[in-house]
Amino acid sequence: MTATADPGPRRDVVRQSLSVGVATGAYGISFGALAVAAGLDIWQAMALSLLMFTGGSQFAFVGIIANGLHAAPAAIAASSMLGVRNGLYALELTHVLGVRGTRRVAAAHLTIDESTAVAVAQDDERTSRLGFWLTGLTVFALWNLSTLAGALVGGHVGDPRTYGLDAAACAAFTALLWPRLRDRDAVAVAVVGAVVAVLLSPTMPPGIPVVAAAAASLLAWRTPRREQA
Amino acid sequence: MSLWTAVLVSAAIAFGLKLAGHLVPAHLLDAPRVRRITAALPIALLAALVATQAFTRSDGSFVLDARAAAVGVAVVALLLRAPFIVVVVLGAATAALLRAVGWA
Repeated sequence: MTATADPGPRRDVVRQSLSVGVATGAYGISFGALAVAAGLDIWQAMALSLLMFTGGSQFAFVGIIANGLHAAPAAIAASSMLGVRNGLYALELTHVLGVRGTRRVAAAHLTIDESTAVAVAQDDERTSRLGFWLTGLTVFALWNLSTLAGALVGGHVGDPRTYGLDAAACAAFTALLWPRLRDRDAVAVAVVGAVVAVLLSPTMPPGIPVVAAAAASLLAWRTPRREQA
Repeated sequence: MSLWTAVLVSAAIAFGLKLAGHLVPAHLLDAPRVRRITAALPIALLAALVATQAFTRSDGSFVLDARAAAVGVAVVALLLRAPFIVVVVLGAATAALLRAVGWA
């Protein structure tokens, strides 16, 4: 069965992209409200969502800058450290997407946890590409709209944790990783990555534990069992 | 440094990091071993992301709370081959319910 003959994977990836986009978009309301509470104006909050466009870095930036402008270097450092993983995702996405020129610039801007997770959850390249672009664009549109809404409404926004939105994100990333974990080497990479990050979290600044966990990918250096013999 | 400068500098760095990964010359990433490692990178990073989001407090210390329960329910749903949206909704509902009753 080829990817073109079977509508199942395409339908599944569209559902995944849209639901990840909606869940992430809902979080943008909380970001907009927090940004304004931290002392940013609406334009500055929007500039972060439009131009920085990577949620973890944005939350870290406003969380630190809330202490005052003297904290700006620390805010820049933390948001940048949290952004390193996007560059590492790009190393794999560049193979999957196969884009050049201005499309490559657009692909770079949309390179975030969500678009990467949906892309790597797919079994073939066509569906991966569709998942990357659809998730990236859906998240971009909804994240920016909801940032604006949150910045306008401000403190009247409820805590997204009340609705379990933080747990929805954990469940979604778990579900997107799931199809990759059929292979024992991938399970080893995931477990080592998770353990390294949790062990380093209490002592390391934000961003470093997850980037350090990237070293777990070096386990893939050895030849897989099925390719030996 | 003005607030605008801080916003624009950090946005520029964030974009630069994303673009840098896409601009690494393809021939440097073509060897089979390197391909296997770059394919494993999102798995390591996303697993680390889920683990830190589910099992650590904002100060980085380890905790088992409503989020861990939600991931547990998600894994059970995945083992039972539940569709993606069902897994996500069950995760959210688990955490929301546990928090509403004050258990986690």
